[in-house]
Amino acid sequence: MNFLDFLQQNIVLLDGGMGTLLQERGLAAGEKPERWNITHAEEIVNVHKAYFDAGSNVVCTNTFGANTLKFSEEELEEIVKAALQNACVAKEKSLSKQEKFIALDVGPSGRLLRPYGDLDFEDAVTLFKKTIDLGVKYGAELILIETMSDCYEAKAALLAAKESYNLPVLVSGAYGADGKLTTGATPAATVALLEGMGATAVGANCSLGPKQLGGVLDELLVNASLPVLFKPNAGLPKLVNGRTEFDVTVEEFAREIALSVEKGARLIGGCCGTTPAYIQAVARAIKGLAPKPLTDKGRTVVSSYTHAVELGNAPVLIGERINPTGKKRLKQALREGDIDYLLGEGVGQQEKGVQLLDVNVGLPEIDEKETLQRAVEELQTVVDLPLSVDTSSVSAMEAALRRYNGKALINSVNGKRECMEAVFPLVKKYGGVVIALTLDEDGIPENAGGRVAIAEKILKVAEQYGVAKKDIVFDTLAMPVSADKNAANSTLTALKRISLELGCHTSLGVSNVSFGLPERDTVNATFFALALENGLSAAIVNPYSAEMMKTYYAYNALKGWDKNCAAYVEKAAELSSQTPPSSQSVPTKETEEEYRSKLQRAIIKGFKDSAGALTKELLKTADPLEIVHQEIIPALNTVGEGFEQKKIYLPQLLTSAEAAGCAFEQIKSCLAKSGVRRDRRSTFVLATVHGDIHDIGKNIVKLLLENYGFDVVDLGKDVPPEKIVGETVKRRAPMVGLSALMTTTLPAMEETVRQLREKAPWCKIVVGGAVLTEEYAEKLGADQYAKDAMETVRFAESVEASEG
Amino acid sequence: MSVTIVKTYLPPPFCEREIFRYAGGGAEDEGTRSAVLSCIEEAKGALIYKVCYRELPVFVEGNECDFGVFSLSSNSLAKNLSGCQTVILFAATVGVGIDRMIGKYGRLSPSRALLMQAIGAERIESLCGLFCREIQKEKGLLARPRFSPGYGDLPLETQRTVFELLDCPKKIGAYLNESLLISPTKTVTAFLGFGATVSASNEEKCRDCGQQSCIYRDTK
Repeated sequence: MNFLDFLQQNIVLLDGGMGTLLQERGLAAGEKPERWNITHAEEIVNVHKAYFDAGSNVVCTNTFGANTLKFSEEELEEIVKAALQNACVAKEKSLSKQEKFIALDVGPSGRLLRPYGDLDFEDAVTLFKKTIDLGVKYGAELILIETMSDCYEAKAALLAAKESYNLPVLVSGAYGADGKLTTGATPAATVALLEGMGATAVGANCSLGPKQLGGVLDELLVNASLPVLFKPNAGLPKLVNGRTEFDVTVEEFAREIALSVEKGARLIGGCCGTTPAYIQAVARAIKGLAPKPLTDKGRTVVSSYTHAVELGNAPVLIGERINPTGKKRLKQALREGDIDYLLGEGVGQQEKGVQLLDVNVGLPEIDEKETLQRAVEELQTVVDLPLSVDTSSVSAMEAALRRYNGKALINSVNGKRECMEAVFPLVKKYGGVVIALTLDEDGIPENAGGRVAIAEKILKVAEQYGVAKKDIVFDTLAMPVSADKNAANSTLTALKRISLELGCHTSLGVSNVSFGLPERDTVNATFFALALENGLSAAIVNPYSAEMMKTYYAYNALKGWDKNCAAYVEKAAELSSQTPPSSQSVPTKETEEEYRSKLQRAIIKGFKDSAGALTKELLKTADPLEIVHQEIIPALNTVGEGFEQKKIYLPQLLTSAEAAGCAFEQIKSCLAKSGVRRDRRSTFVLATVHGDIHDIGKNIVKLLLENYGFDVVDLGKDVPPEKIVGETVKRRAPMVGLSALMTTTLPAMEETVRQLREKAPWCKIVVGGAVLTEEYAEKLGADQYAKDAMETVRFAESVEASEG
Repeated sequence: MSVTIVKTYLPPPFCEREIFRYAGGGAEDEGTRSAVLSCIEEAKGALIYKVCYRELPVFVEGNECDFGVFSLSSNSLAKNLSGCQTVILFAATVGVGIDRMIGKYGRLSPSRALLMQAIGAERIESLCGLFCREIQKEKGLLARPRFSPGYGDLPLETQRTVFELLDCPKKIGAYLNESLLISPTKTVTAFLGFGATVSASNEEKCRDCGQQSCIYRDTK
């Protein structure tokens, strides 16, 4: 019988622990258990056979750590080959009667993925693929990806399997006592991600005993439509008379596992500390239990790397601000590759209360594929909200979805055949909930009936591609009511019918309805309320619009989504007063003299809000560049000198620099509108060297250099020498700053300096970081050592001056 | 056969003075102080306090430190462990959450990133202090000052052995990078030696260190 058929009808008994058994048989601390497949084949066969004899339907090969990070490719092949052979021999030798399968066991790589570790996502996919290729070559019937503590790594492993093979893939995470993976994902988020990508089953293993993992199991069962796997430890290890023992007994374990089967777990077994005796007891305990039928939960869920957001409960707000249409400042930022501006927009909208962020970076003059992928990756380092990948470019969509850590909202598909043919395969492969616009080759139907018909057509085609109805959200397209008095009515009727007749969730970009009208916020908010009442599940909105947010919170309170009206009450105060607190910005006369002006005082004191507000005020009458030279720079100089004289310290220096940044932001905005650019000073290439992931110091240097008007090219952290040299040569940058924190990364710095001297002999190099000293900088061949950010600014100024 | 034990702690009390020191702050001005408090508030929920450790025997002869399952040659470690019969080899982490905060504010507000990094440094130091005190209490013995790979002439490569032996990725979610840095960054591994002879307390680690010019030197 094939495994999938067996799984449909039966409870699947997996095996128990391997590592603890091998230790008992003499595996030494630090010795790699995978090598035992070759050196102690008989022992491994015996363990597998003992599990089959105990009643296991599936044994997992002894390949937990078999990957190319730990073994050479040649040795890896030998190991995987031997591992599968051992399992096959055991399967043949065991005389027990149950159905028997062999799973290739795939454990975590042992390294953390970027950005918090140093393993690149694609490298992780390649690494898993190598092991899986061998497993399939040597006869694995299914794949168990287990003990994953990072859902991003689980995604890489699952992608490696699904991209090449059709074998069943079970994916299981190691959840902590807090009910989450180490990197913060809840079971609901992990289920969304893995189910979306087509895993065969999802589950929890290792880390804790069956009782402590009970909460995680419950959450998995509530969220998953797939079979759920449960393979806990025999409790926690302790040392008794020099032997490792686990604190859950065979009987207790079997009882708990039987309970988990009654709750709905479909694939069960044990992890660390469990032995054939445990599995045998489980086999006895579940005898006669019928598998709980699998039901599709029908939930429409998107997720981030931490949590899931479900459509169909309280309406969901999607922030619309990261979209260059009609936004000059964002366009400018995108053209200049200024991702930080975009990140600020992301964080700002989260603070305003949106649950998802729409990300659209489509501009004709930029590489959308590269920019969208980068934006999606970097936004995930500053916000934990699920993202909506918004693009009409299929290649950009794929690049972003591939790298996205979660199950994304995909914006969008429509009823055009060509579009559906391009987008649905991506939804199927990477998972996602896709917004479907009710338009097709003939345009947007004027009446509701036409739009519902397109929705029906889209559902039919989606089904052919294996995309479930629950993963489609319909947008019935808000059109300007100023152009057609029935525009809003058609949209709302279509919305209601799709929601009621097709049972699908809906979404709208609300603000288009008011195009061409004055006081648009009022029209938008009223339309929003009507749409909500007609069943709208999600809306793409501007969260800075007080009218929209008031409507949203009032609606939730009125419809019973807001217990005790708590959210409404909390937001009401915030939304009614639109003026920011200004106490900071009203200095007494005396302090004003002391600080030369209000703006200079705000910068020196590090008051960000008032620095921005005062600059905005000044811009009404003064020339932007005059403000820079007569207000901002003098204030910065005061702070910089204070720092050099040790009158003020690093935290204060930085808050001042950030306040100046807020002032500059206003200047930039003003210049963007008039199309003028602030004259940039010389180019400064900045990077934390290869192998080093510390970038606080580097970021501080960047902030200060930018304040002083230098054109900073920030290459980030962990940057290979070739990239630093390449950018320096490409821009013919006169100076380069390199940062390193650890002694182990100094060779990388030395190598970078060497390559720079060879390929970019004109550039001056300044180095800094915790381990560096004057002497070391000299030894490295750098031009200067800077002990802090101000010294780097002084260095840059001197280089520029000497160049004339 | 020894076993790696995992312990999860409740948050030790925050020490603002230490946070200030790690942030390079001089006088505690009101603005910075309220920024520190708001960062603590934000970071709190993202922090975990996990330690994994195992006890090993140790025999020191000359520069050779033999731990049974592996041995190391290091003058400074040998000095630290001389007269010890056992060591507790441990790895402690406050988790990846604080790295997320540092990374986030590194892009948005370097001043806040600076404070978050200082909080992370203070947290991991406090966790190590808490763990070392508890182990000493448990054993009823005083320990040597904890000694980490990278101190003195003990090579950073030692981390590879430590990580393999303690199984840090699985036990506490700490990973060794190619360049021997650890993710999460606020993670410490160390040897804690126990012997018959009385030793200096952990709290005096700065006084014993040769790096007189270190900007973080605690002179209190």
